Amino acid sequence: MKILVAVKRVIDYNVQIRVKEDGSGVNTDNVKMSTNPPDDNAIEEAVKLKESGKAKEIVVVTVGEEKAQETVRKALAVGADRGIHVKSDSYIEPLGVAKILKKIVEKEKPDLVFLGKQAIDDDCNQTGQMLAALLSWPQGTFASKIEHKNKVIEVTREVDEGLETIEINLPAIITCDLRLNEPRFASLPNIMKAKKKPIEQLNAKDLGVDILNRIQQLKVEEPPKRKGGIKVASVAELVSKLKNEAKVI
Amino acid sequence: MSILLIAEHDNSNLKVFTLNAITAASKIDNEVHVLVAGSKCENVAKEVAAISLVKKVLYSDSESYENFLAENLTPLIVKLSESHSHIIASANTFGKNLMPRVAALLDVSQISDVIKINSSDEFLRPIYAGNAFVNVKSNDKKKCITIRPTSFDPAPASGGSAQIKKVEAVEAPTISKFIKREETKSERPELGTARIVISGGRGMQSGDNFKLINSIADKLNAAVGASRAAVDAGYIGNDHQVGQTGKVVVPDLYIAVGISGAIQHLAGMKESKVIVAINKDGEAPIFSIADYGLEADLFEALPQFLDELNKLNTIQK
Repeated sequence: MKILVAVKRVIDYNVQIRVKEDGSGVNTDNVKMSTNPPDDNAIEEAVKLKESGKAKEIVVVTVGEEKAQETVRKALAVGADRGIHVKSDSYIEPLGVAKILKKIVEKEKPDLVFLGKQAIDDDCNQTGQMLAALLSWPQGTFASKIEHKNKVIEVTREVDEGLETIEINLPAIITCDLRLNEPRFASLPNIMKAKKKPIEQLNAKDLGVDILNRIQQLKVEEPPKRKGGIKVASVAELVSKLKNEAKVI
Repeated sequence: MSILLIAEHDNSNLKVFTLNAITAASKIDNEVHVLVAGSKCENVAKEVAAISLVKKVLYSDSESYENFLAENLTPLIVKLSESHSHIIASANTFGKNLMPRVAALLDVSQISDVIKINSSDEFLRPIYAGNAFVNVKSNDKKKCITIRPTSFDPAPASGGSAQIKKVEAVEAPTISKFIKREETKSERPELGTARIVISGGRGMQSGDNFKLINSIADKLNAAVGASRAAVDAGYIGNDHQVGQTGKVVVPDLYIAVGISGAIQHLAGMKESKVIVAINKDGEAPIFSIADYGLEADLFEALPQFLDELNKLNTIQK
């Protein structure tokens, strides 16, 4: 089995982001960047399948600027075999990314594509489902457990009501939840080895797909600030305030 | 221009957040048509027809829609979308799973998690876990939108008598199969709609200690929530998670216990009307957004809290 894993480079989840004063976006200069957290789960799951002998090859792909290669390199350091970097200097919407990934899938012919369930920058939660649609493949979204059984894969999905289990035919798209597994860290020797693994570079605009953005970002703004309140000295004071001041209990 | 709104239901009852999505849809256009697709779900179609803001119910009944698999529903929605300008669903796991599949086949760039409708093509949505808002304008001819339900009031469930139009099911691919659903049954109000939510974090130290939270929840008729840390640690099920990748809640009162206040958690609760934080670390970020902060050991504070509540003559339900 061959697995393709799609990863995205985003502002690190621990960074307090800053909205640019002119409303044109969020400041990314000199800001720590990392792999989108659920994408780490996607890589980990692929590596586990390889370790268990079920997968033969893991190809990792990203779409983004020059530095997005670091994200591919990191995936190579934890066990992916080779990388593909589709270069684009500007933001591409999930629909455009899905079209690019479809091209890569047609070329690489994986049995499974893993993605994170959502990117923590634009919070769109679309790319995996869109890719599945464009390929007419089934989708196992928000996966917290997967079990590979011959020609199908059983996916336990995290849904609002609890958990849902579905069985989907291969080839399939799986978008990974944070609870799917515990991503490993790369060891230093593996980081060194990853430097020798190949990364193919392509240009997004050379792939012959329509990646024109359809959504204009008119203005990015700070959310209304919430004022901090007061500290209370005791539980009795707290209950009294809730009852008599806030009147919520 | 008319709107195709995808109802979420369980074949017997409409899920309440569909009402919030209907309110949002009605701000775009009056002509709100609601698709009720499922199996033996005629009662749901009737329930939707009674909603005053709904102009037409499209009712499609087929075994293949019984479990709402995105693979099976998408061909139907794509076909029906021909005569609609906007396709809308709630931004919960149902809509998040389904809508992008529809949008991609329509070659439309979806607008996720809309919190405000500015016009028929301009919307406000949160990004970076709600740490920024972006005003967007869609240049697609059709719009595919998911609505953050807690940002809109629910539409009144009665007063209407919309026409119910039967729609033929569209053949679905046999590439996915439903196996089972494990729902957590609870006597307490639902997390997404509860008036009061009390949540525990890593500070709870064990699943067993959540009984301290539960007893207060019972007293206040509150829903129980949790931070991602508490869910990851296995203290409580994922359906309780509040935050960027969990549920977004907007209760009248949110009580955060042993929760430090990571960005991801704040994204799910900071719009609550009144926020209480109980944490022994006085520097915890949760205090910066709390209306009432109590710096205390939760294992002492929670039993006292219950005692104080028991002393009250009346408690709002």
